[in-house]
Amino acid sequence: MTDRPSDDAIDTLPDDSNDSAAVKAPPPTDYRRIALDGLWRNNPGLVQLLGLCPLMAVTTSAINGLGLGLATLATLMLSNLLISLLRRFILAEIRIPVFVLVIASVVTAIELLMQAWFHGLYEVLGIFIPLIVTNCIIIGRAEAFAARHVPLAAWLDGLMMGLGFLLVLVVLGGLRELLAQGTLFSQAHLMFGEAAKGLSLSLGADFKGLLLAALPPGAFIGLGLLVAAKNRIDHLLAERRSQTAPVMAPASQA
Amino acid sequence: MTQTTPPRTLPDVATLMRQVLYALLPGTALLLYLYGFGLLSNLILACLCAWGLEALMLHLRQRPLPPFLSDYSVIVTGWLLAVSLPACSPWWLILISMVFAVVIGKHLYGGLGQNPFNPAMLGYAAVLISFPLEMTRWPDPARTGFDAAGLDALLAGVFGIGSLHWDSLSGATPLDQVRMALHGGKSLVDSGMPLFSWPRTLGWNLLNLAWLGGGLWLLWQRVISWHIPVALLGSLTLFSGLFWLLDPGHYASPLFHLLQGATMLGAFFIATDPVTASTTPLGKILYAGGIGAFVYIIRTWGGYPDAMAFAVLIMNMAVPLLDHYTQPRVYGHRHRWLP
Repeated sequence: MTDRPSDDAIDTLPDDSNDSAAVKAPPPTDYRRIALDGLWRNNPGLVQLLGLCPLMAVTTSAINGLGLGLATLATLMLSNLLISLLRRFILAEIRIPVFVLVIASVVTAIELLMQAWFHGLYEVLGIFIPLIVTNCIIIGRAEAFAARHVPLAAWLDGLMMGLGFLLVLVVLGGLRELLAQGTLFSQAHLMFGEAAKGLSLSLGADFKGLLLAALPPGAFIGLGLLVAAKNRIDHLLAERRSQTAPVMAPASQA
Repeated sequence: MTQTTPPRTLPDVATLMRQVLYALLPGTALLLYLYGFGLLSNLILACLCAWGLEALMLHLRQRPLPPFLSDYSVIVTGWLLAVSLPACSPWWLILISMVFAVVIGKHLYGGLGQNPFNPAMLGYAAVLISFPLEMTRWPDPARTGFDAAGLDALLAGVFGIGSLHWDSLSGATPLDQVRMALHGGKSLVDSGMPLFSWPRTLGWNLLNLAWLGGGLWLLWQRVISWHIPVALLGSLTLFSGLFWLLDPGHYASPLFHLLQGATMLGAFFIATDPVTASTTPLGKILYAGGIGAFVYIIRTWGGYPDAMAFAVLIMNMAVPLLDHYTQPRVYGHRHRWLP
């Protein structure tokens, strides 16, 4: 699967890029749908498969995943909001460089903030914080969603896509950490201060870690299994819906 | 509809796999003689895990159990893993490698015939990467026979119980020693390696000859074709011979490479897996030649003493491409590249 901006969202969501139509009858933005898309149906990590590089590299522990997930979430919300606000002033021909400029400024600000407030985590994540600029999700959402929706919808999309990505990062990080080191939230103090040390769980000292899980192949296998689990759940849900649908149909007609 | 080709009775999967198992017997018997209970426990645990996981996956995938459980293919996978893993392997090591082999390597790709990677080698590589300590400690053959000492070693190794400490039983294999010497900048003679000691080095040589014997029987039975073993051993001989001639004191001889580690097992039993190997004659030669080259490269300059698993997996990835570009010319059609 290659990195491509999902046009799924464009098709399913009301498009207000057409100005004359938007002025006449602004279609109601389906906020529930935006939330569902970001968190589950069009999840950036599990369905769009965007931003795989940080997803693979950083998820060696749940806290690393959480840290980068939060940074990505903040970037997505801010950049989506800014681009949506500026969308009337951005010329279509130069939109990509403008998007990149906006995203880079947001990421730089977030990097400086992390350096100031979460220095331990900043050291652990290293190059992957500035590399958020190159994360395909952010420019993908800017191009596919923020540039053609009202600011509130764009902000919500950023929030939900970011949360969806964060969720995948934390789950994958937790799984890999549990398998490789037998611990969970082992570096929680980097993020939440010394008080959070009690949050760390451990399976005991004699746990022989599955080293493979901490290595890049483990990330690929883990993500593959998560995608499979997501598809399986979708499949089960669809099955249940098709079973209940015939019962529901007459009721709605009546 | 008339039959245009002479009917050739293709042996079914079960017959083929049974023949592979027969061919594995001489080497397995020698291993049993050398490692006693240690290898017996490997075999039993691996075949039980293989069978159980296969049944579980078939059940989950809602496939019929009997035809697949009785075709011996998963037993061959388990058997190959059992003779590749160090004798007296802990039970959890065997279970994890079989999960990778059968569940991830075979069934997640669609079961027998669909898997791009050799399942046994996938399981082996997964545990080799994950548990380097457990995977490099072969027990000393003198300490693990079919006697009371062997039983003690079995309890210590497989279940981690008993009075013995496992480290006192294990030692480096000849390939380990050569690698240590090379990385330490010493010459092979200085490394103090007993080149012809029973059972350390000679045992491994005999084992390779036993696999070779079984493999030749498979060739004679036409279960496998000559392309893969010949190309694999040829390219390994070529590369090791080249470097050996350049500096005999520093690089091990071709004979050493041919008769150590998993060379013969790989050449005749692992690389020849009909599902994951190339299917065209030229493709087979390129595929096996690549494996031989990678075995030499990884053994000599890589981080692991033996390399058959990695070499096979790397070349498995190249198989679709090789098959695509080496299709034999159809009679009456021009060759794709030649005018």
